[in-house]
Amino acid sequence: MRPLPILKAVFAALVVIFLLGPLVAVLPLSLTDSVFLNYPIPGYSTRWFRELVTADSWRLSIVNSLLIGSGTTVLATLLGTLAALGLRGRRATLLVSTLRTVFLLPMVVPAVVLGVGMQLMFARYGLTNTYLGVIIAHTVVAVPFVLVNVSSALQGVDIRLEQAAASLGAAPATVLFAVTLPIALPGIISGALFAFATSLDEVVLTLFVAGPNQRTLARQMFATIRENISPAIVSAAAVFILGTIVLSLAMLAIRRQMA
Amino acid sequence: MDTPFISFRQVVKRFGPLTVVDHLDLDIARGEFIALLGPSGSGKTTLLMMLAGFEQATSGTITVDGVRVDGLPPHKRNMGVVFQNYALFPHMSVRDNIAFPLKMRNAPKAEIATRVARVLDMVKLSAMADRKPAQLSGGQQQRVALARALVFEPQVVLMDEPLGALDKKLREQMQLDIRDLHRRLGLTIVFVTHDQDEALTMSDRIAVFNHGRIEQIGPPREIYELPRTPFVAEFIGETNLLSCKVDSQVGEAVHLTTESGLSLSAHAGTGRVDGGKVRVSIRPEAIRINDHAAATANRLTARVLDAVYFGDHMRLVASVGEQRLIIKGDRMSEAAEVGREVALSFAASDVWVVGSCDQTSASA
Repeated sequence: MRPLPILKAVFAALVVIFLLGPLVAVLPLSLTDSVFLNYPIPGYSTRWFRELVTADSWRLSIVNSLLIGSGTTVLATLLGTLAALGLRGRRATLLVSTLRTVFLLPMVVPAVVLGVGMQLMFARYGLTNTYLGVIIAHTVVAVPFVLVNVSSALQGVDIRLEQAAASLGAAPATVLFAVTLPIALPGIISGALFAFATSLDEVVLTLFVAGPNQRTLARQMFATIRENISPAIVSAAAVFILGTIVLSLAMLAIRRQMA
Repeated sequence: MDTPFISFRQVVKRFGPLTVVDHLDLDIARGEFIALLGPSGSGKTTLLMMLAGFEQATSGTITVDGVRVDGLPPHKRNMGVVFQNYALFPHMSVRDNIAFPLKMRNAPKAEIATRVARVLDMVKLSAMADRKPAQLSGGQQQRVALARALVFEPQVVLMDEPLGALDKKLREQMQLDIRDLHRRLGLTIVFVTHDQDEALTMSDRIAVFNHGRIEQIGPPREIYELPRTPFVAEFIGETNLLSCKVDSQVGEAVHLTTESGLSLSAHAGTGRVDGGKVRVSIRPEAIRINDHAAATANRLTARVLDAVYFGDHMRLVASVGEQRLIIKGDRMSEAAEVGREVALSFAASDVWVVGSCDQTSASA
């Protein structure tokens, strides 16, 4: 091999190690039988996974995360897809560019800033400490991911397909549901999964707007780290990672199915 | 023509400052196969898109069967459209693609099944019914698109360069297939193409577009043999265009002198010969080489500059003084030797006056 390909391979390997190293380092601890988060692992057991489902605080937080994640996914996917449809194929006028930027803003604005603002607003409308409040907060940060994914998917929908459908007798709404959206579906699904993942992962906004009843898994992990560092955190993380892998595989499978 | 089936009246389409279709009138008869032929940007596709309802005319009216359609959205026009890239729905099987227009019309399930089966059989794709478009070849996709545009028996079938993406052999096969379908089903077809051969071989009439106007409209033979403008003469097939001075005219017989000093006998045709200067078209295949028996009005001596073997013919370039002529010669011709002197002859009727000299394009 020439030196350049070797360098490339080494560099790629380093990047992979950098990305996966922390996960590989921490995951084995999810199977420890000790109450401390450190190596060497004295013995293996599934006690911390059992803790996740038996301890009320953990079980409730998992249920909360799933509830809020689902709500966020539905709402963000709906709004993000509508936004993408609305912005699609328009000339980049000032209004269109401004709108697009506004939709993408939550991606770059520090979550703390959003969180403070939301706390103030939500208090006014009685949304603090409610599920709906948390879902709305998560939706705000999830919509950009849906918008980006769906927009790029819509770019791949040839306008002539829609014209063909119209000429064959499909009214505009039918064109949308029978042609445009099905073709853009892989992008919509990616967006939805991103929305779900964003919600699962979100801590900062949750700290501001959620009450004790809306404690999510991420929030619970955050609290546990501060209060008592328990290996249950790592078990929760393992569940997280496994869930993510399953979702990614599902996404790949769906995409392959539709290709 | 009988009462026109489709009729464009003073149709104008502007995109910003650009006039793409310019006060155009066009009548199409029921059951006619009309080709809209022209270079890209000549307005032919825009006209088709206006007929389909994807573009709105800036002004003017379009009627189909006596009903104004220019205000109707595309899905209410009942026209089958075949696109150049086929525009098959990638997420549906061949069967579902073809069933789509029938489902839109709420046809009963059993009827959909029989009609789809019938049309699949017609385009010889019954075996492919459950495949996705991506699993078909270009020609098969084209046939699915055709089947989808025909299955709901639309009042008109519009085709936008439908064969543009196919290779030559497949193209020719599809040309015959479409012609055959047209005749068997009595369809009205509006066919956009920039390919003159396609227009000549397939259509009942050709409308030659240039700069948003129809430069000439008529049967293929008339368009090819009696072009009315230099643009038409050059666009349809290869030709020799010569600028001439009119020496005398008696009826339709005209005597001319070319810019390079050759004397020609010509036919006035429909082109105007006033102004004293005209342009004439001589088709390469009208010029005979070393045919001493022919009693023709025009005889010239020329020198062969170039000869290219095309299989079924030889393409020669010869010079008569300063005038260069393209000649389509016999493939066996022994005259096809560069540098040889040859005798050229052609009839007065093959020297066709296509317009006066100052005209760059038509004044129809």
